[in-house]
Amino acid sequence: MICFGRSGIKMIRSRGIRALTVRPVKVNQSVSRIHTGKVSLASDRRSNSTSTTHSGVGVAGTVGGTGTVSQSSRGIQKELVFPGSIRSQFTTQLNFNDPSEATPMPTYRLIDLDGHQLDPEYKIPFDKEKSLKMYRDMLTVSIMDSIMYDAQRQGRLSFYMVSAGEEGAAVGSAAALEPHDVMFCQYREQGAILYRGVTLKEFMSQLYANADDYGQGRNMPVHYQSEKFNIHPISSPLATQIPHAAGAAYALKIRNKDNNEPDSGCVICYFGEGAASEGDFHAALNIAATRACPVIFFCRNNGYAISTPSLEQYKGDGIASRGVGYGIDTIRVDGNDLAAVHRVTREARKLAVENQRPVLIEAMSYRVSHHSTSDDSFAYRSKTEVEDWKRRDNPLARMRKWLELKDWWSEDLEQQTRKEIRREILSEMAAAEKRKKPSLDQIFNGVYSELTEPLKRQREELKEILDTYPEHYDLSHYEKGREGLN
Amino acid sequence: MNAVLRRTAPRLSSRAILPSRYIGLRRFSAIPESSPNHINLSEASFLARSSRTALSNTELSDLAKNGASKSMNLYQSVNDALRIALETDDTAVLLGEDVAFGGVFRCSMGLQEQFGSQRVFNTPLSEQGLVGFAIGYAAMNQTAIAEIQFADYVFPAFDQIVNEAAKYRYRSNTFNCGGLTIRMPCGGVGHGAMYHSQSGEAFFSHCPGLKVVIPRSPLQAKGLLLASIRDPNPVIFMEPKILYRASVEHVPLEDYELPLGKAEIIRPGSDVTLIGYGTQLYHMQAAADLAKEKLGGVSCEIIDLRTIVPWDRQTVFDSVNKTGRVVICHEAARSNGVGAELAAEIQENCFLRLESPIQRVTGWDTHVALSFESFQLPDVTRTFHAIKKSLNF
Repeated sequence: MICFGRSGIKMIRSRGIRALTVRPVKVNQSVSRIHTGKVSLASDRRSNSTSTTHSGVGVAGTVGGTGTVSQSSRGIQKELVFPGSIRSQFTTQLNFNDPSEATPMPTYRLIDLDGHQLDPEYKIPFDKEKSLKMYRDMLTVSIMDSIMYDAQRQGRLSFYMVSAGEEGAAVGSAAALEPHDVMFCQYREQGAILYRGVTLKEFMSQLYANADDYGQGRNMPVHYQSEKFNIHPISSPLATQIPHAAGAAYALKIRNKDNNEPDSGCVICYFGEGAASEGDFHAALNIAATRACPVIFFCRNNGYAISTPSLEQYKGDGIASRGVGYGIDTIRVDGNDLAAVHRVTREARKLAVENQRPVLIEAMSYRVSHHSTSDDSFAYRSKTEVEDWKRRDNPLARMRKWLELKDWWSEDLEQQTRKEIRREILSEMAAAEKRKKPSLDQIFNGVYSELTEPLKRQREELKEILDTYPEHYDLSHYEKGREGLN
Repeated sequence: MNAVLRRTAPRLSSRAILPSRYIGLRRFSAIPESSPNHINLSEASFLARSSRTALSNTELSDLAKNGASKSMNLYQSVNDALRIALETDDTAVLLGEDVAFGGVFRCSMGLQEQFGSQRVFNTPLSEQGLVGFAIGYAAMNQTAIAEIQFADYVFPAFDQIVNEAAKYRYRSNTFNCGGLTIRMPCGGVGHGAMYHSQSGEAFFSHCPGLKVVIPRSPLQAKGLLLASIRDPNPVIFMEPKILYRASVEHVPLEDYELPLGKAEIIRPGSDVTLIGYGTQLYHMQAAADLAKEKLGGVSCEIIDLRTIVPWDRQTVFDSVNKTGRVVICHEAARSNGVGAELAAEIQENCFLRLESPIQRVTGWDTHVALSFESFQLPDVTRTFHAIKKSLNF
């Protein structure tokens, strides 16, 4: 019991208060009037909704800009018609919504830990070829991770981040997209990037920051991009890409406004549960909802943000519960279950493209690896915890079991494929390592579209230094050496 | 004699603190009637008072020169530029807080009616969100014009601007967000205090990858804004809000651009070079007049920098090499302000020609306080005093 102010109203926390917020609400006259005014772009985004669970929320965007909301003068008011909350019913019960009493959003799963399909009604839409590509891509990322991790440890690479435990979420979601869909990543989505078609040579060029790197050796390793596959350049600041994704999705929407293509594409944006604490996450989901942008927000909830466990990251029902608050269709999925991730992403894509609105997916998984090569995760979690996860559940093992039950895979194929992949990676790695760094003019190029006067002068200054003290610098590793600056 | 800023806007956001009737600086200041600091912003001689003056501007395109002109204030010329930008580029969108009904300073008036709610729209109240959104939109090779309601509120978007917009091209070499322009009203307005007066250009001028532009008048604003929107780099476009209504001149009606990175000598002179931008030009000009009158006909050369990054070194150095004396003016605080960069470069490049120390007339290293603004922002008196010091050294 809590006393509320001087009025002394007694408030009792009731059980099952959540029921109030999900009860379907009749639309009365006073509410429908709101929709007769000038309707904003976002107003029709609920009309094709297949979701009934959020019927009490998500319409807040529809009154934007109308300014015509008024109280009904007829009869007894049952619903709130304040402009800020148009479908709330009045109540004389004073109850706080207690999040601890709400049922957490369930996690969608399709394949169990032994590789058996749980829902026989659904036909998993991949043939043998696609299944094996997905599995091979997961395997490739996993092997590349262990090789590159060691390479960094030997000092052959400045930095690396593995994605162990999250290969399924990355490959499964990417496999559900179309090639013209636009991708924004955080940094642990190697599987998605590989699935799209980026080659091992391209991966290695980026990691070794050599002359073949599209980013001209300017960014840290693992900050991949691909113009060909619509993958925007990764940057280190967390969550900044989330509003970018909303804006890019809006660009797709605008482009399509006249030609009404059947599939105008969508944007997918990956981020971790830690990044979701940044202000940019909030800003992005809110603006994507109000502008009705065709974007899939894909959260990888792997339990840790470097050393911070998710229990210290948030107090609510994960990231998924927040999506509902923004009026966004939301689903939680087993991130170790590639088939489930694939199905969920496929459906999310349909919602985003056909209904032009954002969708949030929270994929639950476990970060098996250290955060990065600069992190020793055993400083904040036990080895047994990690070993336990590796043994109990991981996306590769689960998919392998599923493939074996279909007779599409075997131990022999596994060994042979692993060997093949390993050989291919090592050969690309050696080639990338030998390749020279980009030419020195790339220091100044790309800051602006053109070389500005101050940059031209500063380039001259560097030339003077290099020519005056040639013995102080080794330019032999750079494309064209000293000439590269001319 | 007053800078008259009369608001006719029927609706204001809670942030638009200007009262509906605002009569000059006097009510809020300690400036006596006879002070030279009472300058009339609409009477500055560099403003194009006639169609002929406006259309004879040598920087105009032939199309603009042969067209008509119309008397406009600065918000109307910004509105005109935005209309042309939206007309000439189907991908261009205009977004920000309260831009749909015309904006709290009326700069986007009529644009949503003309171009629809898909292209001119309100965003939720989140600077990091709307700038991030605009970056993503621009990164799809389309044109985004984002408005920050006051330059004072750009800081929540600082990360997006500095780490993302400025570095998008450099980190990628393939992708870029050059189609992005971020407009923001800036500078003192007489009673804006700490959060409606700031001039943050120095923060952005320290960040490679951004261009920073500040116009001084309606004709300049239109041409520079169109150039900024079409420049293939992200541009911070700062509009001195005290000029929105007070600065009035003839503006060519056709589509025209004024060059970025190019300063303009608005008054040639031989004894002292005065360098500034935005509202300071009005004070500098009045100070130059006063100096001519009181200091035995001293001749000041007045340079409007227009683009803060990248700034026009040649015009500045040529002028300083001719006059040998420099006064730099800006409203923003002195330490590490734009004036510091100018002074350092001038010293390095014009060392043998300098006859006196470079003077800086700037805001003090304080915040802008409601009751003290007329003592804080540089005015005619302080500029005059700096000219005198420069000459008497």
